[in-house]
Amino acid sequence: MAQDDILARLFPEGHDVRVADGIATGTAPLGDATATVIGIADATPLGVEGALSLAGAVLAAVERGDAAPILVVIDSGSQRMRRRDELLGLNEYLAHLAKSLRLAEARGHPTIGVIHGHSAAGAFIATALATRMLVGVPGANPTVMDLPSVARVTTLPLDRLEALARDTAVFAPGLDNMVAVGAVHRVLDAEAPLGAQLAGLLAEMPDRDDRDRLGAERGGRPKAAEIAARVVEAARDA
Amino acid sequence: MSRDAASWYESTARARIGDLLDDGAFTEFLPPGERATSPHLALFDLPEAFDDGIVVGRGRLDGRDVFVAAQEGRFMGGAFGEVHGAKLVGLLRAAFEIRPAAVLILFDTGGVRLQEANAGETAIAEIMRAICEARIAGVPVIGVVGGRAGAFGGGGLIAGTCSGLVATEQGRIGVSGPEVIETNHGVEEFDARDRALVWRTTGGKHRALTGGADAFAEDAAAELRSAALGLMDAAAPFDAGTLRAEHDRLAGRLERFGSAQDAPEIWRDLGVTEDVPALDTAEFGAVLDRIGGRHGAR
Repeated sequence: MAQDDILARLFPEGHDVRVADGIATGTAPLGDATATVIGIADATPLGVEGALSLAGAVLAAVERGDAAPILVVIDSGSQRMRRRDELLGLNEYLAHLAKSLRLAEARGHPTIGVIHGHSAAGAFIATALATRMLVGVPGANPTVMDLPSVARVTTLPLDRLEALARDTAVFAPGLDNMVAVGAVHRVLDAEAPLGAQLAGLLAEMPDRDDRDRLGAERGGRPKAAEIAARVVEAARDA
Repeated sequence: MSRDAASWYESTARARIGDLLDDGAFTEFLPPGERATSPHLALFDLPEAFDDGIVVGRGRLDGRDVFVAAQEGRFMGGAFGEVHGAKLVGLLRAAFEIRPAAVLILFDTGGVRLQEANAGETAIAEIMRAICEARIAGVPVIGVVGGRAGAFGGGGLIAGTCSGLVATEQGRIGVSGPEVIETNHGVEEFDARDRALVWRTTGGKHRALTGGADAFAEDAAAELRSAALGLMDAAAPFDAGTLRAEHDRLAGRLERFGSAQDAPEIWRDLGVTEDVPALDTAEFGAVLDRIGGRHGAR
């Protein structure tokens, strides 16, 4: 869905979100509050400038101290795969964005990710996956790596991977698979007004990171929650 | 060879922990006998490891109670799969609860394990969140980057979330590896076979000069130990002041070096006229001291 269309549907009362070079920032009414909105549009890859600008908008919200919701609306590429970005330390810029979102949460801002298009790898981790609750709009297509690339790296035949992908959520692209591993909390109902659904999420924010538990319940990550809990138990006994 | 002279780069995850910590002080959580193996690799006819390529536990560093995670770069390139990631998530959640003096992460990873890509990517997000939460609780999380695989992909993002990072010359830090960039944009963009270009773009010296690492150390456990102890004491709190300072630092870097074509251009701008790759650790340390030592908040 185009960024203008998704924003109009998410914020039917209007918004002042502006997109420049694929990077979206602004505000919009949500419930009783004025939410800070950041995002990536048009499958734009996330590079050093974009990550810094999004983090700046989040830190500005923290410094305003209003504890209003922060929405992260994503249709991105991967991280920008350029030598210049690596030379400048893209890992720090992406981590800075994720840390800023977690700081905002610690200061009382509910953070909600909305993935409605593509996203992948470092761009996905630093934005949508760095929120407290991530929801998907039907048609969204998060990936880590597309199957032909997985085939190249793993040297497995593509038709074998495609067959495997039908039976396991753990490596294949797509929103359903990200729901199954617990990364996406839920999928919004595309037939119902999105704005009301979004406002409703504010009342059901999880109080801790529950993604591994969701992954176990949904079968996409059968062991993660249990392994993490066993490590915590062992640490208590050590 | 004494443990202090052994090469960190050439070493294994377990040997690194043994060399880094005080003698006899390490208790491993979910050791290999507990068979915490990947539930997914068999689908791909790939061998499993009984620790899934990461060792986690508790020990002492100069008498101080620390939690440690060490990735085994020789197993699947140290990549994050479901179990590998969950062991680190568990260690960080335990640190939030138990409050050791620090958590040390000994990186050796190319990023997400593609055979378990969705689980690995989600685990990386969980780890970054758990690092932030440990830091909010006052537990510094210190990264050590000096293994063969460096800290790449999601590993680079995790490294950037730590309170402090020490790197060796061989310790490369980044997101997209040179091969991935070359595959996507051609050899003119990044010639992955040009080893000198790879090192000066992502290696420990460049990161230490520009702020991507807070300390630089020789490729040996004793040097890394003292650097890690120093970073534990210097760790910044996880608060708005620290992240504002990081923001200004990253904005300043972009403004100052954003149009640089290659690392030596940046080094010259920093006042470093020496042949950086040729400097030994002592000489390079003197250069770092001269241009202003620590880069501060992260």
